[in-house]
Amino acid sequence: MFIDDCVVASNTKIAENTFLIGLEVPFSTEKLLPGQFFNIKVSNNSFPLLRRPFSISDVIENRIYFMYKVVGEGTSIISKKVKGETLNLLGPLGNSFNIDDSFSTAIIIGGGIGIAPFPFLIKKLVNKNIQVLFGMRSKSEAHNYGLVNINYSSDDGSIGLHGNVIDLLDVELKNSDETKTKIFACGPNAMFRALQKYLTNKNVLCEASMESAMACGFGICQGCPIEFKNNPSYNLICKDGPVFNIKDIVI
Amino acid sequence: MNEIDLSVNIGSLKLKNPVMLASGTVGYGNEISEFTDLSKIGAIVTKSISLKPRKGNPPQRITETPSGMLNAIGLANVGVEEFITHKIPFLKKINSTLICNIAASSIEEYIECVEILETQETIKGFEINVSCPNVKEGGLIFGNDINAVGRITEKVRAKTNKPIIIKLSPNNSNISDYAEVVKKEGGDAVSAINTLVGTAFDIYSRKPKIKNITGGLSGPAIKPVALAKVLEISRKVDIPIIGIGGIFDWKDAVEFMIVGASAFQIGTVNFVNPRASLEIIEGLKKYCEETSITKISDLIASRII
Repeated sequence: MFIDDCVVASNTKIAENTFLIGLEVPFSTEKLLPGQFFNIKVSNNSFPLLRRPFSISDVIENRIYFMYKVVGEGTSIISKKVKGETLNLLGPLGNSFNIDDSFSTAIIIGGGIGIAPFPFLIKKLVNKNIQVLFGMRSKSEAHNYGLVNINYSSDDGSIGLHGNVIDLLDVELKNSDETKTKIFACGPNAMFRALQKYLTNKNVLCEASMESAMACGFGICQGCPIEFKNNPSYNLICKDGPVFNIKDIVI
Repeated sequence: MNEIDLSVNIGSLKLKNPVMLASGTVGYGNEISEFTDLSKIGAIVTKSISLKPRKGNPPQRITETPSGMLNAIGLANVGVEEFITHKIPFLKKINSTLICNIAASSIEEYIECVEILETQETIKGFEINVSCPNVKEGGLIFGNDINAVGRITEKVRAKTNKPIIIKLSPNNSNISDYAEVVKKEGGDAVSAINTLVGTAFDIYSRKPKIKNITGGLSGPAIKPVALAKVLEISRKVDIPIIGIGGIFDWKDAVEFMIVGASAFQIGTVNFVNPRASLEIIEGLKKYCEETSITKISDLIASRII
């Protein structure tokens, strides 16, 4: 497992409060999988104390890119990092999206910064029809980094459909063969709950990349439990996930 | 210069160095072994084991605080049976000294756990958790009842000749009174301290940040409190102390030993830097070299006040 300082190669704003940071890594990036994440220490001291988990957004040669939204102290510090400074990376962690199922159309659903893991996934989806459904509060969050065939939705109607990603999905699925379609989703829990409910009686595969507060990211702190239907004990988002079949989990 | 002697004794338990991995911060060893060579570490203390498996608390279980974190995991664990069948074989392989931490909801449950685990050769000692702040039954109810701590020590002592360490709570006054009782009832050592009860609220939703409302505070934020508790025990009671609380590097560790700890446990740092244990061992060696100390045990309670 890799744990070391990595040099910032770039750190660019792609939308309001949303950035893409590229880090040079000294290991081969060939085996990295879409859906995996790194746990990142943003300071050399005890404030902030814990690492922050970020899924891999993109990989170009020996650079790993992370898309992030500035929401608190940790991401605020990252947003001020300039080329040549370092961040301490631990990973890669977690499982990944399964792209070996027999589907011909991939519907990608991103809610806000939940779009983060998908540029890398899209690179790995060869010979598939890809449709991206990108939901957000407002137009200021919109970007198209690493995305293709994007349909936007916004809560305030300032871009795309005035509504949410489930409304977009409903339209999309009506034009698709459910048995040849697979959904990949990432976003806030409210979006997942709506998606899970919407898919209840549908026969379409859906993998969800879940978010959680974490301390360690590799299973020792037990801080990120997720309940499975029909299972008395908790699974861990960091170690058993972060990608789960949406039908298996209690959100 | 001769090799520095890092070994320390905790009662009859001899450790190759004073670095221990704290209960609940390294699971059953397998995950952290990907980062660190566990055979080099003084001892590993397992996640608290209870008689039956415990599911633990629902999310959210943790939240970050200034230089610290709150957790309310709720003693999630696989239970004694699964521990013996599936966890001990790995722990046996790694060639580190294994201390088994036990949590229970009644005195009888502590006794039953010790009886079952006593025959496991891999287990070199027991740490009795009477101070978990995050479960309704057991835990702190015992930790704040000096008679219960005495009875638990006495009953467990009667069931095993292996070293017994009682993990004390900082959530009471006069921690040294508890250490005195542990000594009187035949305990070999005390660990001090478990986490401090704390809470954090979101100012917009006005709701607690963790589901359990309160959790245990750990990390650098609690180090001065832990040091003061170790000092109090060391001054008043002649019993080996295992210092715990916010140790992040070798300097923190040295401080605990000078104040009175025979060994120390690292916890929260394992989440941030899973290689901290080995870095601390190296740091201790360098410190000893620089200060012309040949035996690290000479540091214990060497404070000048």
